[in-house]
Amino acid sequence: MIEISHLSKNFPGEEGEVPALRDVSLTIPDGDVYGIIGMSGAGKSTLVRCINGLERPTAGTNVVDGCDVSLLRGRALRAYRRQVSMIFQGFHLLMQKNCLQNVCFPLRLAGLDRRAAIERGMELLDTVGLADKAHVYPAQLSGGQQQRVAIARAIATEPKILLCDEATSALDPTTASSILRLIREIQEKHNITVIIITHRMSDVEHICRHVAILDGGAVAEEGEVAEIFSRPRSDAARRLVFPQGEVVLPPLADTDARYIRVVFNGVSATSAPLIARMVKERDIVASIAAADTRSIGDRVYGSMILCVGDGRLAASAVEYLNAHPEVHAEEVTARV
Amino acid sequence: MFENIFTAEAWREAWRILRPTLLSGIWETLYVTLLSTALAIVIGLPLGVLLVTGRPGGVRPLPRALMRFLNALINLLRSIPFLILMIVVFPLTRLIVGTVIGTAATVVPLVIAAFPFVARLVESSLSEVSPGQIEMAQSMGASPFRIVIGVMLPESVPSLISNLTIALTTILGYTAMSGVLGGGGLGKIAISYGYYRYKYAVMLVAVVCLILLVELFQLIGTRLASACDKRQKKNG
Repeated sequence: MIEISHLSKNFPGEEGEVPALRDVSLTIPDGDVYGIIGMSGAGKSTLVRCINGLERPTAGTNVVDGCDVSLLRGRALRAYRRQVSMIFQGFHLLMQKNCLQNVCFPLRLAGLDRRAAIERGMELLDTVGLADKAHVYPAQLSGGQQQRVAIARAIATEPKILLCDEATSALDPTTASSILRLIREIQEKHNITVIIITHRMSDVEHICRHVAILDGGAVAEEGEVAEIFSRPRSDAARRLVFPQGEVVLPPLADTDARYIRVVFNGVSATSAPLIARMVKERDIVASIAAADTRSIGDRVYGSMILCVGDGRLAASAVEYLNAHPEVHAEEVTARV
Repeated sequence: MFENIFTAEAWREAWRILRPTLLSGIWETLYVTLLSTALAIVIGLPLGVLLVTGRPGGVRPLPRALMRFLNALINLLRSIPFLILMIVVFPLTRLIVGTVIGTAATVVPLVIAAFPFVARLVESSLSEVSPGQIEMAQSMGASPFRIVIGVMLPESVPSLISNLTIALTTILGYTAMSGVLGGGGLGKIAISYGYYRYKYAVMLVAVVCLILLVELFQLIGTRLASACDKRQKKNG
């Protein structure tokens, strides 16, 4: 369990202290896959670096399994860091060592003898599907393969927490998903806590259960992924969920017409077509003004803007749609 | 000045002088150079490591005053011209070797002149190691010592070899210069026969030998650095 409370971090700047984190409080339960998402400069990396003790917070506490990380020094801090592994955007493999030697590096640090380290290293390379590359140097591998070696290295000492700092950002989308799948598999097999730092919504969608949105060094929104995707409340969350910008609706030509915002909060994609049924059953003619939905697993999340003829029809539609537990509908004005 | 150099008589005379001295001269130059470089590395390598790890923000920051002192000492030693340094350290040389004349005696000033240079070269090689790799090792709980031994040194081996080749050729130059003040080897041959006794053909041969030695060192160093570098895309 990671309990971050009122964490702040300032960096010295040219004109006094520059805050990187402002009063961040998060609780990450054991075995969770937790996303921390934000634009560049939102403080994501500083936050993970505080979690593994590479950075000391200016104020606040970071308690991991009952132990305040910011109080650890020297040997105790190094022992703690062996429980918290990290993979990076730039992989950071040792370029002068082959894959097996790279995976053996943390094992040797942990005090394993050469033979035991090699045996375990081969197992780990097999886990990530690169057993045949054991004696190959990283420069000869693709980015995805290098990240797999880095993952094997990160899980070598069976850490309790795996931090992924923009681990897929340097990879193409297909490779990125295969890396995320691998992280998921490992997470499920060993039940470790995974923290995913990213600026890409798709990474969070893929594997995270909970997500915190960082904006300007502060938590803008936090909660279950499905909830935040379907109903982003903060500006920062909306910017991430709608990267192309928010849907700005044109002023209605017919003054009687109304807009309705429909939020799909995990409607089963296989159930009967909701909107079509509404049109048929309630005889409400609705046009779709905008839609941004996506499937996570076999459920649909996102929102849609419907345009109906007048206020009476709008009220009827809202009432009809709200009868479904996974749907939330409300009448909206031009700004959505 | 050099008009008599291309006469047959000059070359016959040069041959008479060089036949008994040239091989031992080459040998003395080689062994003084290699021994001095080795000793300079023994002192300069740890010092260079300290210069990188001890910086503010390094893996094991040292007190700023100590770092300032080390830097000032290195700059001081590096700014003294080699011949002057030889004279300055005569008492120390006499203490260690027992004499200030001869091949062995030049090793003392050579090491003192070379170790600060080696320290700077090591510093520059180790600074090239990506901060990300150091952060990786730190995030795995590696101690500063393990970061140096396991990451910084192995990762900069090709660069260290190139830089130490530079040190070797520079020290070779100093070895030759030490011929002026009692040092042995090719430098002594070039100066005492060629310059003091106007046997320019002798000087020419000695200088050509020095050039060939530099070429040889550089060739070996470059080949070795590239053979050790695993970053190139090749199989094996």
